[in-house]
Amino acid sequence: MAREMPYIAAIGEAIHLEMARDESVLYFGQNIATTDDDPFLAAFGHDRVRVTPISETAEIGMAVGAALAGYRPVVELYMAEFMLVAMDQVVNEAPRFRYMSGGKVKVPLVLKAGYGFTAGWAGQHTGSIYSMFMGVPGLKVVLPATAADAKGLMATAIRDDNPVCFFHHYLLTLEHGEVPEGEYLVPFGEAAVRRTGKDVTIVAIGWMVDRALAAAERLAADGVDAEVIDPRTLAPLDTATILESVAKTGRLVLVDQATRHGSASAVIAAEVADQGFDSLRAPIKQVTALDATIPYSEPMERFVLPDEDKIVAAVHQVLGSAPVAA
Amino acid sequence: MSSDQQAHGLDKDRLSWILTQMVRIREFEERVKQTFEEHPGAIRGHTHLADGAEASIVGSLATLRSGDQVLATYRCHGYPLALGSDAEAMMAEIYGKKTGLCQGYGGSMHLVDTERGFLGTSGIVAQGIPHATGAAYAAQIRKQGQVVLCFFGDGASKQGAFAESLNIASLWKLPIVFVMENNNYNVVTRSEQEDANAAAGEPLAVKAKAFSMPGVTVDGGDPLEVYGVMHTAVERARSGEGPTLVESKVYRLSAHGNIIAPPGVPLHYPEHEAITVFGAPEEYEAALRGDPVPRFRARLIGDGTLSAEEANAIAAAAKAEMESAVRFAWESPYPEPEEAVNYVYA
Repeated sequence: MAREMPYIAAIGEAIHLEMARDESVLYFGQNIATTDDDPFLAAFGHDRVRVTPISETAEIGMAVGAALAGYRPVVELYMAEFMLVAMDQVVNEAPRFRYMSGGKVKVPLVLKAGYGFTAGWAGQHTGSIYSMFMGVPGLKVVLPATAADAKGLMATAIRDDNPVCFFHHYLLTLEHGEVPEGEYLVPFGEAAVRRTGKDVTIVAIGWMVDRALAAAERLAADGVDAEVIDPRTLAPLDTATILESVAKTGRLVLVDQATRHGSASAVIAAEVADQGFDSLRAPIKQVTALDATIPYSEPMERFVLPDEDKIVAAVHQVLGSAPVAA
Repeated sequence: MSSDQQAHGLDKDRLSWILTQMVRIREFEERVKQTFEEHPGAIRGHTHLADGAEASIVGSLATLRSGDQVLATYRCHGYPLALGSDAEAMMAEIYGKKTGLCQGYGGSMHLVDTERGFLGTSGIVAQGIPHATGAAYAAQIRKQGQVVLCFFGDGASKQGAFAESLNIASLWKLPIVFVMENNNYNVVTRSEQEDANAAAGEPLAVKAKAFSMPGVTVDGGDPLEVYGVMHTAVERARSGEGPTLVESKVYRLSAHGNIIAPPGVPLHYPEHEAITVFGAPEEYEAALRGDPVPRFRARLIGDGTLSAEEANAIAAAAKAEMESAVRFAWESPYPEPEEAVNYVYA
């Protein structure tokens, strides 16, 4: 049975279920479990649930150590940018240990971090920095776009034997969706085709999935049949599903809230150019944020972000039909 | 046997074990160094030797019991040797061979031997401190009385990772001992040039005060003094009272590492920075005169714990063991190139 619940509650439900299922799962981080009636603390106790100081290097580094010692920590990091304070631990510690030890150890941990809070949070709390991590061998990168995926991907992340960056979008926090009850796992490396279509493939990441689906509805009114793919995990990346879709449609538009250079969409564009060039009947178009820091003021914030209009315009461009003014 | 030794409760076997491990570490490091002439090109990248720190390492590890865990830095050859790792596999790892401790994936800076409680190292200064702290958190909630030893250098104590970890370890009363091997140099920079406590003439152990934990400074050249201090710290950790910061003063008898040079330039160990950078050969010569290995050997012979023959036998066994380790490493095959994509993910 599925019920409607908010995206953020679905994440919490997955952590709760996994902690109940496996005693080695720990949950610690900033500003959690500060009172005895905290549901995690009440259910699992102070050994497994702890509030930490604002010490990202220690929080993530300790997760590495606890993982080396046999546990499965989930670290509550609040905002993705806070990982930058501890970039060494995320990029150069957690994903290196298994490899450098020749497979002697494993480092199962989850770094839970919200991203993309483009609601007036200005320059330092709004980034879509997930692409920084998708090229790091040994790290997995997960971006749920729906409440159901939020639950299923978190459960899979906790059971995965590797370090996983779990990026949830702040603007999806209270979005409701159907979420299956009980154990629910969404596999990594399997993109979801959110809408089937034959004219153009739109690959949208995270928060952009809903924007792409809305754009696809508008395009349908113009007689354009768009397929919308949500990769769900960037590492591993399901290039096969994307290539298969492009083989059918011959056209690809990539939608990514990240800045253009170094974005996940740039990586996907490169993979399709490399492996699917023969399928393409038009150049690949990227709809990304402008290469600018996210501004505070709303009109400027809106200007730099990808939106429905920009997606519709890009689709018309690859179809060679009349572009719609953005 | 002196009253000092009796006070530590160390019998002849244990004292002999301590000397044996010190001698093995010294011989291993001498052979690594010698490899640069003996087998040029066999060792790549950067190696860091533990010569001079043997007493500190072995005196610390002698306090552990089965199930305890150790994490350290890129200067990591000494710990697994004393914990019982196979010298042949360790040397083969440094030679980049398939038979290496980590099959050639890690090299000199990244030895791991989980079966012996050596959980690993970070090559990035101070970044292993939170790993050890996390392992101590795991030990605390596993409730089997395990203790974690966290080794790092004086340079690491200026990193945020140090401060963040000591704060949490003290706050949570984690079963860990932070062992700062203070060799007075971070690479080629002297402590008093980069450490406020050192510049003020204070021991670095005073840093413990900021985290409300005991801070102790010990002569890291004396394994029994180290043992005594570490024993107290380990028991404190094991009994749930929390961490201790132990500043163990050692003198590294080799340069920071082999020279840093692009391929084509033969690698070797330069002279110590006291000579090459600071023009203070007398400092280095004094350190050599205080060399902990012959010092402890002489002490055990002097107080009748060991005969000269027994001490010679320890040295001869270490020589033979490390000769065999070098031969094994040299003769072992390299990994197949395509193995490079194994172990990226679990």
